[in-house]
Amino acid sequence: MTRMTRMSAEQAMHQALREEMQHDPDVLLMGEGVATKQRDLVTDFGADRVRNTPLAEAIIAGTAVGAAASGLRPVIDLLFAPFMAYAMDALVNSAGKLRYLSGGQFRFPLVAIGMTGTGWCVGAQHNHNLEAMFVHAPGLKVVMPAEPADFKGLLKAAIRDDNPVLFFADLGLLHQEGEVPDADDFIVPIGKAALRRIGSDVTLVSYAKTVAVCLEAARQLADRGISAEVIDLRSLKPLDEDAVLQSVRKTRRLVIVHEASGLCGIGAELAALAAGKAFAALRAPVVRLTGPDAPMASSWALEQAAVPQPETVTDSVLELVAYGASAPHWLGDALPGGAMATEPVLMKSY
Amino acid sequence: MDHEQDIAAGPLRRLETMLLIRAYENQLVELQRNGAPGTCTSVGQEACAVGVVEALDVRDRIVTNHRSAGHLIARGADPGRLMAEVLGRVDGYCGGRSGSLHISARELGVVLTSTIVGGELSLAPGVALAQKMGKGEPGGIVAVFFGDGAACEGIFHEALNLAVHWQLPMLFVCENNQWQAFVHRLETMADTAIAEWARGHGLPVETVDGNDVEAVHDAAIAAVAGIRASGRPCFLELSTYRQRGHFEPDDQAYVDPAELQAWLARDPIRMQRERLLERGLIDAVGLAAMAQHTRERIETALAFAQASAWPAPDSLLEHVYA
Ligand SMILES: Cc1ncc(C[n+]2csc(CCOP(=O)(O)OP(=O)(O)O)c2C)c(N)n1
Ligand SMILES: [Mg+2]
Repeated sequence: MTRMTRMSAEQAMHQALREEMQHDPDVLLMGEGVATKQRDLVTDFGADRVRNTPLAEAIIAGTAVGAAASGLRPVIDLLFAPFMAYAMDALVNSAGKLRYLSGGQFRFPLVAIGMTGTGWCVGAQHNHNLEAMFVHAPGLKVVMPAEPADFKGLLKAAIRDDNPVLFFADLGLLHQEGEVPDADDFIVPIGKAALRRIGSDVTLVSYAKTVAVCLEAARQLADRGISAEVIDLRSLKPLDEDAVLQSVRKTRRLVIVHEASGLCGIGAELAALAAGKAFAALRAPVVRLTGPDAPMASSWALEQAAVPQPETVTDSVLELVAYGASAPHWLGDALPGGAMATEPVLMKSY
Repeated sequence: MDHEQDIAAGPLRRLETMLLIRAYENQLVELQRNGAPGTCTSVGQEACAVGVVEALDVRDRIVTNHRSAGHLIARGADPGRLMAEVLGRVDGYCGGRSGSLHISARELGVVLTSTIVGGELSLAPGVALAQKMGKGEPGGIVAVFFGDGAACEGIFHEALNLAVHWQLPMLFVCENNQWQAFVHRLETMADTAIAEWARGHGLPVETVDGNDVEAVHDAAIAAVAGIRASGRPCFLELSTYRQRGHFEPDDQAYVDPAELQAWLARDPIRMQRERLLERGLIDAVGLAAMAQHTRERIETALAFAQASAWPAPDSLLEHVYA
């Protein structure tokens, strides 16, 4: 039996780092404050392998790329995903392209970690789900877990992978707890989705924070006699196309939910996948419920309004299963901002 | 006000503005404890903000960063509207969209605020170029505030090189508060690196005690005069200290207590208070009245901010495009 320990997603990431640093002396960790915040790693693995850097994302990422090509396995923590813009040149133009352009002479085993998402009311220069931008860049892999166990297993897989992997950590999940396998050979393979709930009437596909939104919607739907299947993608590139297609062929309805904006997003890719490879199975149009095509506001009220809520998912599915019975009013404007709430769901007083 | 009067009034006003900034920041700390979003406070750095901003005039523009409350308040921002912004309410300077980290107030000439470290440095030369090319009032300059951490970004050098080579009317103000979030700056650079890097770009550079508001003010007055006369940039490095954490809450467990104590002993407000008492420019009664007035302003600000409405959810897509 697998032994498990209850811990937060953040602790699970820390455990993954520790195990991989133990496992492979070529793994090193760099970033603004990584050595301050993870003193125990400095103590155990030395200051050479756990490095506070100057505040300079371009050179952090560039150094990681150069070091990866030369035999090390760097993990870089770039803090909030928007700061990756400074690192984009090294990640996109170098890490993603130079293996190919060198005719396969080099490989770039590196991991770049960035936090995304709502929950802290810090506004668009910190809160931006820009994962799809990196999905669009050739040569990179992109993962984005929803559960503590996957934070551990995917980070370990990313460190062991011989390609550059972008690891997006939804900051709304970092302090959530879950059971995490103790085994230091516990790996979650990149490119494999997880089936979180089995159902037969509709497939809800999501990743990161909105997986929980889908699960809550599925519970609400169950009360109304509708059986929803929930898929957690976990990896955005490569995408587990088979898992999605298999489910859609069964349920014949597809709803994709993510906090990132819809245009050219993961949902668009999945809609194209379903239209291209499961067209005959579909009984209703594919629906995307996403964040709006707008920078994220700091105000808690607007942050709430921007994020897909369980009720929105439930309502959309109810309309979807009724499709054909009556003219669906939502078809024209499901995107963008189709997920926007019209009322704050909770009220805050500060 | 003539010069004679200002010799007395200026230092008093600077003390009062520093007190207001401190009280404002402390109020935000308390709000955070009650569940409001955290902030990057400027506690300990009030002399930098007040000394420089008071040396600017209405023609001038300010570009700043995540630790901007001092710059805004010194420029005359209403603490109530600032606080409303931090709380995400409609009456904030940016309608609640910014929160604490990117507050700009065009009416005050605080034109762009970036919380991307180095963002302020990337934007300021363009603002100065526009000034130089006739947008804005003649003779206006741009003061850009940034930290020692921002000096580590490559954009620091790109901005300085451009400003020097294009002869842009800019005052670079590096608030060297010794910290770059959770990393001490001496872990990332040599002690005197910032001023040396700047000198390498060939512009006038001065390093000033950033906790002495009068020293900062004098240096800023001279620099601004130089920029207006020559049309060329100047650089001030202000040595100061971030007394609180990087972002509230922060237990500062990583801070050397001896270093913190040494800087607390040189608190900018305490230094100015003692100076004014010594010179007989204020007495205990005057100080008490000043403190009381500050308290009242913050109470009014808080009441205003808390009474302000949340933005309507259906306003979410407003202002994405012009
Ligand atoms: C590009 C970028 N990287 C990292 C951060 C996270 N961050 C915010 S403030 C800060 C420290 C900035 O140090 P400094 O420039 O000295 O300003 P200070 O906070 O000390 O005022 C860091 C690392 C950021 N906002 N932007
Ligand atoms: Mg600093």
